[in-house]
Amino acid sequence: MAILINENTTVIVQGFTGQTSMFHSMEMIEYGTKIVGGVTPGKGGSKILNRPVFDTVREAVKATGATASISFVPPPFAADGIMEAADAGIKYCVCITDGIPAHDMIRVKRYMRRYKAVNKMVLAGPNCAGTISPGKSMMGIMPPHIYTKGEVGIIGRSGTLGYEAASQLRSMGIGVSTSVGIGGDPINGSSFTDHLARFEEDSETKVVVMIGEIGGPQESNAAAFYRENMKTPVVGYIAGLTAPKGRRMGHAGAVISAFGESASEKVEVLQECGVKIVLSPAEIGQTVANVLASL
Amino acid sequence: MDIHEYQAKEILSEFGIPTPRGGLAYSPEQAVYRANEMGGEQWLVKAQIHSGARGKAGGIVICSSNEDISNAADNLLGKRLITHQTGSQGKLVHRLYVEEAIEIANEYYIGFVLDREKEQIGVIASSQGGVEIEEIAQSQPDSIVRTTVEPAVGMQPFQAREIAFQLKISKPLVSQMVTILLGCYNALIDLDATMVEINPLAVTSSGGLMALDAKMSFDDNALFRRPNISELRDKSQEDLREMRAADRGLNYVGLDGNIGCIINGAGLAMATMDIIKHAGGEPANFLDIGGGASPDRVAKAFNLVLSDEKVETIVVNIFAGINRCDWVAEGIIQAVSKIELQIPLVVRLAGTNVELGRQLLKESGLPILMADTLQEVAEVAVAAWKEYKRKQGS
Repeated sequence: MAILINENTTVIVQGFTGQTSMFHSMEMIEYGTKIVGGVTPGKGGSKILNRPVFDTVREAVKATGATASISFVPPPFAADGIMEAADAGIKYCVCITDGIPAHDMIRVKRYMRRYKAVNKMVLAGPNCAGTISPGKSMMGIMPPHIYTKGEVGIIGRSGTLGYEAASQLRSMGIGVSTSVGIGGDPINGSSFTDHLARFEEDSETKVVVMIGEIGGPQESNAAAFYRENMKTPVVGYIAGLTAPKGRRMGHAGAVISAFGESASEKVEVLQECGVKIVLSPAEIGQTVANVLASL
Repeated sequence: MDIHEYQAKEILSEFGIPTPRGGLAYSPEQAVYRANEMGGEQWLVKAQIHSGARGKAGGIVICSSNEDISNAADNLLGKRLITHQTGSQGKLVHRLYVEEAIEIANEYYIGFVLDREKEQIGVIASSQGGVEIEEIAQSQPDSIVRTTVEPAVGMQPFQAREIAFQLKISKPLVSQMVTILLGCYNALIDLDATMVEINPLAVTSSGGLMALDAKMSFDDNALFRRPNISELRDKSQEDLREMRAADRGLNYVGLDGNIGCIINGAGLAMATMDIIKHAGGEPANFLDIGGGASPDRVAKAFNLVLSDEKVETIVVNIFAGINRCDWVAEGIIQAVSKIELQIPLVVRLAGTNVELGRQLLKESGLPILMADTLQEVAEVAVAAWKEYKRKQGS
């Protein structure tokens, strides 16, 4: 099964003709992702990587039937690109772009409320490494070889820390059903809770690893969701136990600014709600192995 | 990005928020001149630093004569003011704001922030202004009024009215309060601010509302489209190393420990700091050199981390995704061969071409301690640091 994307997902690339975007598009194509075209306003009619380029997402969807989009659109225009995708009928959008203004994301989230739940595009990111369903499809910038196909779902804010978790799993012979990056921005498209709900529905996923960090309310919300709604066990790690208050740790959203936003407070809430907490980031793999063995 | 009080007041007054008369001064003479220019009998000499709680730290002085002003200015300029928000280093006072003293009848608090839960702008107000909001939340939680703003239409007058009535502001001041609240919201939206705070918003003895202190923070990600705001940046208020790092595209936060960290990715950087602490060490810094980790960036990162004299061991932890470990290894070798490293260096590489990367490091003949896993990197680093301390001691 896997969630969000599989071998049949047809993908367009927004901001297709940029250098970074082309590099990652090649990697994705090589992995087997069905990249069916791309969008760069003003470059419509040309071809890149043997795929057609369109001026608008609407044209691209009409011509290719794409249901998903991955966006490398630069920060000043990225929010606009997300709304364009939503309006053109894209169902799943991964936004890799780092540096989108927070007010733009508020606008995006408000705009998305105009769609009924069934038609609403799911947005992952921005400022994330992407989504991969190993062996099926990759929409992202991750090194695919560290993921093997399997039964563990991963949801994380950080790119490289997600890689760390995946490679710990791989070294123990444990595979991944889907790994979703939700990004390090203060306002993002989808939350831990959104994807926990999807993994709960996925018959293939036996355990979910949730990798959070300081800042924001999403980890605590996820804890409450887990307690109320989930049977699939969740293993959690929260980065930033040593982070000082009020200082931004790299990610735009990684700053402890309110009560309940520090790593230790989040750990406490997650533990209370029954999430299996890993205190050392080196023990993610082993902990998942133990949980899998106990099922 | 933070700005100074006087800058925030200048901005907010353009949005219709009344502020006391005042002027900027860089010397005691200018401070006296500013006061005389304004006239009156009492003035405040206020240190301009990027921190709240300046009053408690002696950064705000009430003066009644030219001599008072001159002395206060002389005292404050060039001083490092330490508040509970600045850390032990304090912040250097370069600028003073000389303001007419206002008689206060009553004090309110108003603040606008990014509400991450509701993904909208949140408005917080209290009838117990004059102290920090965290303190109000502790001592007078019932005095706090909250609302959020529907982003499609912006803040509406009725919302501002509701706040004014909930705060029990006297009837004649309600319409002024509405103007002030809407003005703050508009400033926040128009200028890509992430925080606007007026504390205290005072009822003056002459019966009007006035912003006696103001704070604004701006979204770093939006500065590209706010050149007028970027101009307000005061580099003297930033940590020198953090500023240098930011100018080089690196993300650095200085901490109090001894183990310097060079890592790619913010999450992995935090996790590495955590595990160092777990293993009995203390990280000297947070440093994210970006997902790419090019040799050039690795070299810059070494210089940056070594510029912190507290650093007694360096940890490099790179998860090569987009790039390859052999490439990162070359960067490390390049950087380390140029400097005579006197302290232990522990390197952990993972990801693409990891074997080749490790081999390159081994063959380089450089004194590099290798680690394979996250656990190992922390253990090796802490052990090496302890050994280094022992040798230093003997």
